[in-house]
Amino acid sequence: MARVAGVNLPLNKRAEIGLTYVHGIGRSTANEILSKVGVDPDTYVKDLTEDETVKLREAVETLEVEGDLRRDRSQNVKRLSEIGSYRGVRHRRSLPTRGQRTKTNARARKGPRKMSIAGKKKPPAKK
Amino acid sequence: MGRSTKKGPFAEERLMRRIQQLNESNQKQMVKTWSRSSTVFPDMVGHTIAVHDGRKHVPVFISESMVGHKLGEFAPTRTFRAHSGSGSRER
Repeated sequence: MARVAGVNLPLNKRAEIGLTYVHGIGRSTANEILSKVGVDPDTYVKDLTEDETVKLREAVETLEVEGDLRRDRSQNVKRLSEIGSYRGVRHRRSLPTRGQRTKTNARARKGPRKMSIAGKKKPPAKK
Repeated sequence: MGRSTKKGPFAEERLMRRIQQLNESNQKQMVKTWSRSSTVFPDMVGHTIAVHDGRKHVPVFISESMVGHKLGEFAPTRTFRAHSGSGSRER
């Protein structure tokens, strides 16, 4: 069982994919780490030797990952919100912060569409 | 696309002069400005700057964590007064 950066142990996946189970590591970072350590990205996690696992663990430790990353990011948002900046206000209202339109789209920030009040007819084009 | 480092951060000259004056004479006084695009400099910390929002001047107390932002970020230009029937929602 490979344990990297706390609670991560994906078996039966290639190392390249397995590493992306760590929050903060995507495909490109995973490949970077693997080539640095000298492990073939195609080896399965269960086939990693003890030695390789240790090396991977050390490589991941140099990065900001999991809880630390999450905490840092939420602190950045909190700072914006506390100084009363426009971006902070947009975060508070969970609207886009970078000046995108909100008449349509912006669904990632606003969440699923809210149904309009009963009796109000919706135009058929918008569904 | 950031501004060239050669030029350094921008702040309206008039405003910077006023702040410097206040710093030298150790005064705290409201400074009115229309320059929303001015960057907050470390010198401005502790002062209250009234930033124009297009209609009136919004007093902004500059704290340390605001350094590096633009003055306009702290004076919203739009007033949104909720849609009819949207009931109570936080803030």
